[in-house]
Amino acid sequence: MNRDTTAETLLEARDLHTWFELRQWGFLRAGHVRAVDGVNFALRRGEAVAFVGESGCGKSSLARTLLGLHRPTRGEVVFEGGHLEALDKRGLKTYRARVGYVQQDPYGALPPFMDVGRILSEPLIIHGVRDRETRQARVRAALEEVRLTPAESYLSKFPHQLSGGQQQRVVIARALVLEPSMIIADEPVSMLDASVRVEILRLLRNIQVERGLTLAFITHDLSTVRHFAERIFVMYGGRIVEQAEVNELLDHPQHPYTQALLAAIPDPDPDNADREHAVPGGEPPSLANPPPGCRFHPRCPEAMAGLCDRDEPPDFEPRPVHLSACWLHR
Amino acid sequence: MRRWLEGLKQLRRYPSAVLGMLLILFLVGLSVYTVVAIPYSQALDLWRGGDHWRMHPVNASPVWADRLRGGDLPETQIISSDEVTARVQEFPGGRRLQIPLGFDYQSSAFPSELNLFLRVHDTERPPFVRFIWQAPDGSEQVIGGRRVARDERVSISQDWGLERRLGHVPHVGLMMDPGSGNPSQPEVLTGIHTMLLDVVMFDEAGSVSADLVVYGRVHGIAGTDHQRRDLMVALMWGTPVALAFGLIAAVGTTVTTLVIAAMGVWFRGWVDATIQRLTEVNMILPMLPILVMVGTLYSTSIWLMLGVVVALGIFSAGIKMYRAMLLPIREAPYIEAAKAYGAGDARIILRYMVPRVLPVLIPTFVTLIPTFVFLEASLAVLGLGDPVLPTWGKVLNDAQEQSALYNGFYYWVVSPAALLMLTGLGFAMLGFALDRVFNPRLRSL
Ligand SMILES: Nc1ncnc2c1ncn2[C@@H]1O[C@H](COP(=O)(O)OP(=O)(O)OP(=O)(O)O)[C@@H](O)[C@H]1O
Ligand SMILES: [Mg+2]
Repeated sequence: MNRDTTAETLLEARDLHTWFELRQWGFLRAGHVRAVDGVNFALRRGEAVAFVGESGCGKSSLARTLLGLHRPTRGEVVFEGGHLEALDKRGLKTYRARVGYVQQDPYGALPPFMDVGRILSEPLIIHGVRDRETRQARVRAALEEVRLTPAESYLSKFPHQLSGGQQQRVVIARALVLEPSMIIADEPVSMLDASVRVEILRLLRNIQVERGLTLAFITHDLSTVRHFAERIFVMYGGRIVEQAEVNELLDHPQHPYTQALLAAIPDPDPDNADREHAVPGGEPPSLANPPPGCRFHPRCPEAMAGLCDRDEPPDFEPRPVHLSACWLHR
Repeated sequence: MRRWLEGLKQLRRYPSAVLGMLLILFLVGLSVYTVVAIPYSQALDLWRGGDHWRMHPVNASPVWADRLRGGDLPETQIISSDEVTARVQEFPGGRRLQIPLGFDYQSSAFPSELNLFLRVHDTERPPFVRFIWQAPDGSEQVIGGRRVARDERVSISQDWGLERRLGHVPHVGLMMDPGSGNPSQPEVLTGIHTMLLDVVMFDEAGSVSADLVVYGRVHGIAGTDHQRRDLMVALMWGTPVALAFGLIAAVGTTVTTLVIAAMGVWFRGWVDATIQRLTEVNMILPMLPILVMVGTLYSTSIWLMLGVVVALGIFSAGIKMYRAMLLPIREAPYIEAAKAYGAGDARIILRYMVPRVLPVLIPTFVTLIPTFVFLEASLAVLGLGDPVLPTWGKVLNDAQEQSALYNGFYYWVVSPAALLMLTGLGFAMLGFALDRVFNPRLRSL
């Protein structure tokens, strides 16, 4: 491993691109969907970060690329100083034990024909934990860690016998059972009942703090993010348009897109309930055929003709440790 | 595991499933009993025919078939010289033995054949034997006399001279009632008939033993065939052979088909394309002609046939069906999760994709078993049965070659056909019920 990153950094994305080929009639190449299109960031050991952005902006694609499920078209992922693309089969397998994955749909994420004990043993079996006793002890510990107690009573349950919240706890336990140093959670609570969302987020946060894990979670929900992350990355059209400490970003949003997102947070006042649909107006950009210049400019209230529709904005630093890719900060 | 047990419990609610299982249980029990009672090598030996069967009648129908019709067709009687007392007269240089082989004959139908098996012991000088038939009415008929070598079979029924003398085939002529009116419709003279052997031995030490066989017209539960073989051997041995063939072929094809379909779905690209093309080609290849060709040109061993059936069955239409079922499963989040925690290709295919389709597979698999059983029987009927194994299909084949139905030997066709039907019925009834248990959506249809 070449140590070309600082010791504090756990994972780094450098100029990361993940494009999906578009085919016409099944074989003609018809361009690409640029799901991730030039993303740079570094995650420190033990921090929790949130990726926010509207549907289809490439958040899940980014998560999958970080997990090694998609091969990046360009750029690289560096984990603990090692390049993901350079890993051989064994190296990749080790990497997979170091990074846990929590998916959006807890029911779909669990094989319906396995009981909980089996589901949690699978990663251990795959990673060569031969001894049954050891496996059982680790499975039980993981269940206790996600507060599914007494663990024994859950071991022989099948996913369909659990509530959504319990299912997601099992998914989290599965992500933890290999004792990873990082967890990537792709909208872990968006499919859950509102009553258990905060509970699950708090659980994830507690585990992250206790274990000193790095947690990258993807969310739509800007209203809760303050309590569960230290930094925020705002994504738009396959790119990161703004990043800062959580309070800094939420209190002083710089990018017009972030401002629109914050304005769209549902107001508890029912009179304003339909406002969330009004802002930000317009369609999300097509990732197959992104607009030239700043991708947000067709919807941007402050777009400057001749600049925003022509040149891509670089990252500016309008406030300390607060990056925003918008020509307004020029 | 518990899901399977629950499924089995649910099965009890379907009477057809219970009946099907009972049928299958019966067949399995019969197989086990057969394999224990008649070991494989012995079965092959018996079925090869020959001397084992010399005391069995030719083409005798089952006893129960006659008795059900209220008939009194005779069963075979074997009268052994060991069971009768011989009169012995000594004379210088030898002995004279008079052995009365008597039997009580009560049937109104004539026997099918008369044979005498003679064995001479402990002497180098062949004794002279005269054969005398004593009828119940006191009349005597000298059949003939001759020197008898060591072991000899005296085919009384084939004695042309005697036949000419009696005016009937010997087993009719010797046993008919001379007083019965119409000589072209002879009637049996019931009572005790005796075959008296008048033996002159030219030796002090030697002795003669004899078996008189009065062949019946009915035999056992299954009857006999043209080679005197007891059909029971083939009917019994046909069961394990049929079940094993059906089971192995069904397991072999369904499991490999499923795994190959899953491989195509998982790897996509050229793997999938190759599998699809192979399937399409294989689907238009006619199975039966290929089997006939292999059987004719190469060998009709049942194991070879099994191999060809499985090989041709792998790339069957099932692949398309499983592919359609597996395609959405491939995209399931739990598969992505498995990949994310490091599961390899083989594990994902075998442990994550295949189990999802198993519930659909089980009923298909059960209903597939009789298909292969029938296929094996059809091959045998076409004359491509295993050359040595006794099977139901071989019995049908023999029956067909001997024009059984034309000759009125219905039992020869009915019993193997009934067993084949029971097999099909048992597995079909269980399979349909399993389908409803494991694919509950069908229940409402
Ligand atoms: N495997 C794939 N092949 C082709 N296109 C894909 C693939 N995965 C994602 N895409 C496309 O990439 C774009 C980004 O999708 P992605 O799932 O990353 O968005 P997202 O931000 O996670 O959205 P959401 O909030 O709805 O989950 C979409 O246009 C999607 O259609
Ligand atoms: Mg997503």
